[in-house]
Amino acid sequence: MSDISQTPAPKRSIWSRHKIFETNSIIMILGVLVVISIGGLVEIAPLFYLKSTIEKVDGMRPYTPLELAGRAIYVREGCYNCHSQMIRPLRDEVERYGPYSLAAESMYDKPFQWGSKRTGPDLARVGGKYSDDWHLQHLNTPRQIVPQSIMPGYPFLAKTDLEYGDIGTAMKVQSFTGIPYSAAMMESAIDDLRAQTDPDHPKAADFAKRYPKANVRDFDGNPQRITEADALIAYLQVLGTLVDFKTYDNKANLR
Amino acid sequence: MATGAIRNMTGGEQFGALALALFGIFCLIIAGLTESGPYAFHMVVFALASTWAFRALIVRRYHGQGPEPDFIDGKPNYNFGPVKFSTVAAMFWGIAGFLVGLVIALQLAFPVLNLDMPWTNFGRLRPLHTSAVIFAFGGNVLLATSFYVVQRTCHARLAGDIAPWFVVLGYNLFIVIAGTGYLLGITQGKEYAEPEWYADLFLTVVWVVYLLVFLATIWKRKEPHIYVANWFYLGFIVTIAVLHLGNNATIPVSITSPKSYIVWSGVQDAMFQWWYGHNAVGFFLTAGFLAIMYYFIPKRAERPVYSYRLSIIHFWALIFLYIWAGPHHLHYTALPDWAQTLGMTFSIMLWMPSWGGMINGLMTLSGAWDKLRTDPVLRMMVVSVAFYGMSTFEGPLMSIKAVNSLSHYTDWTIGHVHSGALGWVGYVSFGAIYCLVPWLWKKERLYSNRLVEWHFWISTIGIVLYISAMWVSGIMQGLMWRAYTSLGYLEYSFIETVAAMHPYYVIRALGGGLFLAGALIMVFNLIMTVRAAPDVKATQPAPAPGLQPAE
Repeated sequence: MSDISQTPAPKRSIWSRHKIFETNSIIMILGVLVVISIGGLVEIAPLFYLKSTIEKVDGMRPYTPLELAGRAIYVREGCYNCHSQMIRPLRDEVERYGPYSLAAESMYDKPFQWGSKRTGPDLARVGGKYSDDWHLQHLNTPRQIVPQSIMPGYPFLAKTDLEYGDIGTAMKVQSFTGIPYSAAMMESAIDDLRAQTDPDHPKAADFAKRYPKANVRDFDGNPQRITEADALIAYLQVLGTLVDFKTYDNKANLR
Repeated sequence: MATGAIRNMTGGEQFGALALALFGIFCLIIAGLTESGPYAFHMVVFALASTWAFRALIVRRYHGQGPEPDFIDGKPNYNFGPVKFSTVAAMFWGIAGFLVGLVIALQLAFPVLNLDMPWTNFGRLRPLHTSAVIFAFGGNVLLATSFYVVQRTCHARLAGDIAPWFVVLGYNLFIVIAGTGYLLGITQGKEYAEPEWYADLFLTVVWVVYLLVFLATIWKRKEPHIYVANWFYLGFIVTIAVLHLGNNATIPVSITSPKSYIVWSGVQDAMFQWWYGHNAVGFFLTAGFLAIMYYFIPKRAERPVYSYRLSIIHFWALIFLYIWAGPHHLHYTALPDWAQTLGMTFSIMLWMPSWGGMINGLMTLSGAWDKLRTDPVLRMMVVSVAFYGMSTFEGPLMSIKAVNSLSHYTDWTIGHVHSGALGWVGYVSFGAIYCLVPWLWKKERLYSNRLVEWHFWISTIGIVLYISAMWVSGIMQGLMWRAYTSLGYLEYSFIETVAAMHPYYVIRALGGGLFLAGALIMVFNLIMTVRAAPDVKATQPAPAPGLQPAE
């Protein structure tokens, strides 16, 4: 068996120095770890402390319990596979969808849902663009509203009761990792969720105090039940509507 | 009798059996406590799996079986059982993954096929397709080949007695949990990292054992040098562990809930995701499969690797540069510009080590090019390296911001991914499996080389249809989105651009169907190889020993 470690290299070339990696698996692994760490550290770590990463804006708030439950359904159904939530600062996108997306607008998103493919249109600013009824019909039978659409139908959402027993715990987990939910928001999560679907709810005023300007109404046209469609439409209707672009100064972030 | 069997067990086996029993009971308790039906189902699956494994451990001893020796008559007593299992699993998941791919391709062309039920809609099936082909098919190919290559190149039996089986069975259990989870609506909503926290934790355990088995086998080697393919396997295993932990740093809502929330949010989460996502391509689908290239092509061509020095440069440059490339998935987004520019710069530089690797693979055929005429398996692997070269040229091109502004969000990306996935990963895997099956089942040759020819040509036509349809539809849709009329208005509504895609979606589905047909021919050929091909004659010398260290 030719054992090259026993044949002395004719000259100490740089190539022979590679032997230390080739003959020692632990040094090889350490080498790999060092080499792969550099790029990740340089690109990721500064995002956590550079103040310019997330713009200063007015109007951003965490999702209401109902919107958060709706977001979970958006994630569950894999909407991100076909819809982006990220308007790029390109002329046609700004004209088609509205002001380009800011990092601040997704700072409370766990996980982010910027997407990677537009089989359907971008949804970053879909909030308020269509009526609740349009959304409901479109989710139920997309091609009755848009004949050439290739979107799947989601008729089961309006027929399924929303499960929201652990929504308060979900908010606690989120607050634990940086989402600014107050103690009152987490404690009254279930009341808040119900109050958002019913303007006559006894706790409606408390809800409005905690989440000013939030949409309060029955979203799926069926006031008897709180369905998954209620939650999903509440989520869709808030997308891209929170930041006040009248007070946003896009020069403030330059330095 | 059963107590006798237990008494015969080694300490490791007793510990394993105890751990399995406790884990099974724990899962049953969770199943009883949770309010989520799909989560309870998964816990029952875990409990059943541990019961089966517990029983298998005892039954083995009951029949008087136990750990096997490292050497028989001075020759390494290779452990090919887990390799065979993963090879069969790779073909099974491959067919399943290609089939789901065909289904979702047809859904995009004919949306009525969504059936409008939760578990049949595109949004749930698409992650099933991507996970099935990348992690189930690709993952099993990597397990099978890495466990084969590390034994052959180290002249040593796979380390561990139960551990290699735990790796292959545990990994495939993870696949079952992940896949059924998507259909039942359990997902983290992060592309290529959809499995929820409990599946991620389980995979972490399996992966650590995988690394240990691989390392411990390397430690048993006789040659001082570790063969180049094993560098790439090591790089792949270690880096995937780091990526997996970084991108799945989640906190579950509770132990009785399948849902978890990621620690990162918004823009940082996006950067983590594509650091993970691009390097799932770079390390799972590239470094791991380059290891296959570095063993199977020299072996099949009976030529040494073209250049030892090039492999050193290739290895270190590839893993250093790849990790930076993630931000090219986030061009023109709310990710800061400096990160986007870094991502683009390193993606363009990545072209060089990629082509260095391609050259090293192709030039290994120096002096053996004639074999391309006679050996369709070698041809498949060489064409895979050519596809690798093509998609690693296209990738840097698409990472240039100006090109990306057109290509991003369109089918061009889908076409690019598939030229890499079908052409490179698919073909090099098929080539490796065509090599492995006769070697593992001790057959002289494949059942039919003509069927390999049919597989090759049918699937090549499929790939060409697929990627050209996606080039046309992607570039067309990108141009339509930004088209203006002479009066300065946007020319097309979004839905007009969707409608324009229809013919290309039909062509794409046809391409995918041909690729699936080719793979079915392969399955038939492999089954017939095991059943009907002539055995290697006992008097023949064992297949040539493993390759020399790359020198």
